[in-house]
Amino acid sequence: MINIVSCLLPLFEFDRATEGLLGESQRLAKALGGSHVVVIAGHAEDSKVSAVAEYADRLIVAEHSDLTSYQPELCLSVLRSVCASLQPHAILLGSDTYSQELTPRLAHRLGGCSAGDIQSLAVVQDSIHATRPAYGGKAVAVLDMKTSPAVVWVRDRSMEVAVAGEPAKIERLQVEAENINTTKIVDRRSEESSGQRLEDASIIVSGGRGLDGPDSFEDLRQLAVTMGAEVGASRAACDSGWITHSHQVGQTGKKVAPQLYLAVAISGASQHMMGVSDAKIIAAINTDPDAPIFKHCQFGIVEDYKQIIGPLQEKLASSLS
Amino acid sequence: MKILVCVKQILDPEIPPRDFQVDPQCLEAVRGSASLVTNIFCENALEMALQLREQCGGEITAISFGSNSAEDSLRKALALKVDAACLVLNDLTPHPASSVVARVLAAGIRKLGEFDLILVGRESGDWGAGQTGGLLAEELHFPAVSFVDGISVEGDSITLQRQTDSGIETVTAKTPLLATITNNDQNVPRIPKTRDIMKSGRKPMTTWSLADLGLSANDLVGTTEIVDLYIPEKQTNCEYIDGDTINDKIDAFAKRIEDVIRTL
Ligand SMILES: Cc1cc2nc3c(=O)[nH]c(=O)nc-3n(C[C@H](O)[C@H](O)[C@H](O)COP(=O)(O)OP(=O)(O)OC[C@H]3O[C@@H](n4cnc5c(N)ncnc54)[C@H](O)[C@@H]3O)c2cc1C
Repeated sequence: MINIVSCLLPLFEFDRATEGLLGESQRLAKALGGSHVVVIAGHAEDSKVSAVAEYADRLIVAEHSDLTSYQPELCLSVLRSVCASLQPHAILLGSDTYSQELTPRLAHRLGGCSAGDIQSLAVVQDSIHATRPAYGGKAVAVLDMKTSPAVVWVRDRSMEVAVAGEPAKIERLQVEAENINTTKIVDRRSEESSGQRLEDASIIVSGGRGLDGPDSFEDLRQLAVTMGAEVGASRAACDSGWITHSHQVGQTGKKVAPQLYLAVAISGASQHMMGVSDAKIIAAINTDPDAPIFKHCQFGIVEDYKQIIGPLQEKLASSLS
Repeated sequence: MKILVCVKQILDPEIPPRDFQVDPQCLEAVRGSASLVTNIFCENALEMALQLREQCGGEITAISFGSNSAEDSLRKALALKVDAACLVLNDLTPHPASSVVARVLAAGIRKLGEFDLILVGRESGDWGAGQTGGLLAEELHFPAVSFVDGISVEGDSITLQRQTDSGIETVTAKTPLLATITNNDQNVPRIPKTRDIMKSGRKPMTTWSLADLGLSANDLVGTTEIVDLYIPEKQTNCEYIDGDTINDKIDAFAKRIEDVIRTL
C-alpha cells in the first residue's frame, strides 16, 4: 500500500494554506496510485476534522492528553509514532513555522529525507522529485528525494486546492510519546494584531532601507490605512529596528499573495522578491530607475518617496472615499 | 556554559541577479567575481553566542565544514574572540546534502567534547535548505527550538524567544539544547576590530579531515540529490509612470492604484 500523508498540527485552520497542502498530497497520491492519509496531531475542532475528511482516503486523529496546543518535542514524537506505522512514501507539511521546524527532524526519525519550501512534487521513474528555489530565489533546484519517506514542507498557499470526495471515516488514536518535556512553549504573543495577517492581506504597502527611519514608516502606515492595506518591510528596514520583524517579507519572512504590492524604497533583492512571488500586481516607488524591483513591477515611479507618498495619500483619500 | 556555533561559508548571496549564472554540469552557481562570505544567519548566531558569553561567561567554539577557504570564516569568528575554532575539511562533493553536513558536524562535535548549547543559522543564503539544524539535533539526540532571536540563561535553564507566524513565543528549556537562529535588530553582527583581525591569523585552529572523524564514503551519501538547477525565466515589463510635472506623475500613479483597488 502506498501512503501519502498530510500532517495537520494542533488547532489547525481549514484555510487556503490547508486546502493547498491537501491538494498537493492528493495529486501525489494519485500519481503514485496510492492513498491520501491525513494525520491530525492533537486537538482539533470537530467541524474542521469533518471538513478535512472530504479530502482524505483515510483520516487519523492522533490524540495525546497534553497535545492541546503545539509543543515541538511532543508533536514530533506523536507524528513519528503514527507515521512509522503507515510506512508512507511521502509526508507533506504546511509552510507554517511549526511545520518547518518539524520537517527535518521527522524525516530523520523515520529514516527518510527532507526538504522545504517545495513548489511542486513530481514522480519521475518511481522516485519523488521536489522543486524548490535556491540561491535566494535566483535559481530553481530539483531534488531527487532518495530515501523513503520524503518529508517536505510545501508552499501550500500557492498550490491548487484539493478536490472533495466521499468523506473518510474518522479514526481516533491514543498515542504514547517519549522525551517530551525537554522544551516547553510557555507564552505566545501575537503582534499588533489590529489588522489582517500579512499572508491574508489583499493590499500591502512595504518599506525598505531607502526610507528615512521609523518616522517614515508612520507615513507609510497612513498611506496604508487610506488604501486599506497592511504594512510590510524589507529585512534591511527590520534589521534597522524601524519596524518589528513580524512585518518582514521575503525568503526568511512572510510569503504574501496580495492583489497589489507597493514597494517603497525597496531595491528588490531576490530574497525579498521570494516573499512576493504570488503577488498579482507589484508597483514601486524608487529613485533608481535600474533598481531590480522594476523588473518585477507592472508599473512604477522613479522619484524620491518623500515627494510622493504624502500627495498620493491625499489623492487616494479623496478618490476612494 | 559551553556554546558551539556552526558557521558556513557561502557565495555572496547579495550579488545582483544579472551577475548570477549556474553551471549546468556541476549543478551549482558559477563563482564568477562573487566573494565568499559567512552566511548571515551564522553571523547572527555567533553574535548571540558572544552576547551570551558577556552575560553569563563560558566558552564559544566555532565549527565549519567546508573547503580550505572556509578557514576565512573561522578566522573572522576568531577575530570576534571565539575561544576555539575547528575546520572539518570537505574533500568530497562540492555541495553536500544537508543530511551529510549534519552527520559530519555531529561527528566533529562529538570529537570536540560536550556542549550545553549549539547554535545554527536557520538556513543558508546559498541553497537555503533550512534542514541542517533540525537534522543535527537528531544526530546528537538534542531537543531543538527553531527561529530563535533571543536567549537568556540561568543555571541550566534556558529561556528562548522565537519568531512564529503569529508572533513571538517564549520557550523554556534545559541544556543541552540546539537552537536555530533568525535575525532581529538585537543580533546584527558586530564588526571585528582591525587589530583583532590581525591577531586572528595567528590563533590556533583545529583542522580535521573526514577520515580523522572516522567517516567513510558510505557515511557521506546524501539522502537527497540535486538533479537539476536553472535560472527561472521571469520578466515583467514595467511601465514607468511619466508626466510633465511631478503632480501629473502622482495623479497617474494614484489612478493606477485606484483602478486596482476598485477591482477588489
Ligand atoms: C539568507 C538571506 C535571507 C534574506 N531574507 C530576506 C527577506 O526575507 N526579506 C528581505 O527583504 N530581505 C532578505 N534578505 C536581504 C536581501 O538580500 C537585501 O539585503 C534586502 O532585501 C535589502 O533591503 P532593501 O531593499 O530595503 O535595501 P536596499 O537594497 O539598500 O535598497 C534600498 C532602495 O531604496 C532606494 N531609495 C533610496 N532612497 C530613496 C528615496 N528617497 N526614495 C525612493 N527610493 C529610495 C534605493 O534606490 C534602493 O533601491 C536576505 C538575505 C539573505 C542573505
